[in-house]
Amino acid sequence: MKTYEQINRKIEAGKAVVLTAEEVIDYVDRKGLEAAAKEVDVVTTATFGAMCSSGCFLNFGHSTPRIRMTEAWLDDVPVYAGVAAVDAYLGATQLRHNDPANMDYPGEFRFGGGHVIEKLVAREKVQLFALSYGTDEYPRREIRTWITIDDLNQAIMVNPRNCYQNYNVATNRSDEPIYTYLGLLKPRMQNLTYSSAGQLSPLLNDPFYETIGIGTRVWLAGAQGHVYAQGTQHAPTCDRGDNGVPREGAGTLALTADMKAMRPEYVRGISLRGYGVSLALGIGIPIPILNADILRRTTVRDRDIFAPVIDYSNDYPNNTGKVITRLSYEQLRSGEAVIGGRTVEVGSLSSYSVAREIAEALAGEIRGGDFPVAEPFERLPCAQSMKPLEIRESPRGRGRFGRRSRPGRKR
Amino acid sequence: MTTRRLMFYFPQSETEKPIVYHLVKDYDLVVNIFRAKVTPDEFGYLVLDVSGTEEDIRRGTEFVRSFNVEVNDSQRGLTWEESRCTSCGVCIPHCPTKALHFVTPEQRTVTFDADLCIDCLSCIENCPFHACSSIFAEVVETRV
Repeated sequence: MKTYEQINRKIEAGKAVVLTAEEVIDYVDRKGLEAAAKEVDVVTTATFGAMCSSGCFLNFGHSTPRIRMTEAWLDDVPVYAGVAAVDAYLGATQLRHNDPANMDYPGEFRFGGGHVIEKLVAREKVQLFALSYGTDEYPRREIRTWITIDDLNQAIMVNPRNCYQNYNVATNRSDEPIYTYLGLLKPRMQNLTYSSAGQLSPLLNDPFYETIGIGTRVWLAGAQGHVYAQGTQHAPTCDRGDNGVPREGAGTLALTADMKAMRPEYVRGISLRGYGVSLALGIGIPIPILNADILRRTTVRDRDIFAPVIDYSNDYPNNTGKVITRLSYEQLRSGEAVIGGRTVEVGSLSSYSVAREIAEALAGEIRGGDFPVAEPFERLPCAQSMKPLEIRESPRGRGRFGRRSRPGRKR
Repeated sequence: MTTRRLMFYFPQSETEKPIVYHLVKDYDLVVNIFRAKVTPDEFGYLVLDVSGTEEDIRRGTEFVRSFNVEVNDSQRGLTWEESRCTSCGVCIPHCPTKALHFVTPEQRTVTFDADLCIDCLSCIENCPFHACSSIFAEVVETRV
């Protein structure tokens, strides 16, 4: 009914009709689906929450004399330096050197990779320390200096997995409190934690990846970035409701954007007691309304999206696949849910109010002509599952993993 | 009858005197202690609600001050830093008095009502964004 080109011409002319995934629900109710599909050009979706599989590639520039960094730290947080001379990857969940972790359980994890990323985006000074073995052309063996993001040649966020389509609701059926990436779970199922923007969340509004694909332009913490691949653990073959919306994890996105253009309020280091450090990110994704079906899927409501409640004291760590029950995001967002006749308190790790703020900010940028929609040049896989990791016996001395083909052995 | 939240800061030497006993016995005040750190030969503090007539509270406070104890009736133990809060709401099930709550269920912005706070410090342990801090927390912000 509409093409990307037509929508972009309207965006460019400042005439695009843009609604958030929350606003569009009432709008379609009022106008009817077909009429609304003619009028609405773009629906904006958003999420703000913990995205552990995030990080950034940094290029520090060359010192005099030069160094080929083999190990490097930013504010004492190790970065991966196994790439070219002054390139490195800083991961969100990397602990600071000498962090006691869970030696004094539950560990506090007050500072790590996510916090360094937050400091970089906030244009704060960060200490770089690096070591090398020295080579003929890179003779320097040690360097210590202070940098800001503006000193770097590139700071490109490259996140292997963001925007989980749906997510587990965590609880704890054991007799002891447990500390998880979904926060403190009190014993005997006293509380639940969920983490999704529900009806505002990008992939819940495009459940079959009809418009969100590789090449889609995204709003990543205020910067214009892209979907560069399927996210890791992308598993579209899953339990889905009648509306096609996954009732468990399902799809994921790999995102990238220039960190120098990001806004610090949407890039926040987090400390999860007993678990570790991570990064909370704000992401907005526009859905071009190419036809009425695509519009209808953006009108999905919290009450029609279900998430599985999983026992994180046993079923999650042991991968049993057991689901206690499924709850809608409407029930979860009310702050209380009833399971087996008992009322349980519910908390969220994902911020709905910041997600709403991002959906509105992105809608504003599109209306202002500053954010064209990009047509994906490749679709995300629509049928595949997640493989488990099998623990195999040692292949020593036999078969295709046998002795002869083991690396590191001189023949 | 008035109720007031007071904080007493004890210098090293004053922790041995039964001050609370005298507040109850001599000044007719009802005392409810929330938090205390009283260790011999160390600086200590006491956080309590005192209920009584305005005049009794005033006289009781004067009496406490006469021991070189600093009395603070305005400072709060817990500080909620709005700019660090992202309104995720992970703190809410852990806040026993609902001092931390959503402004409205629809709007979903978190706010903090200091009058309801009992300084249990659960939010400090549970906030991933370090939005809460307290003069009673052992750990202070350690960002480098």
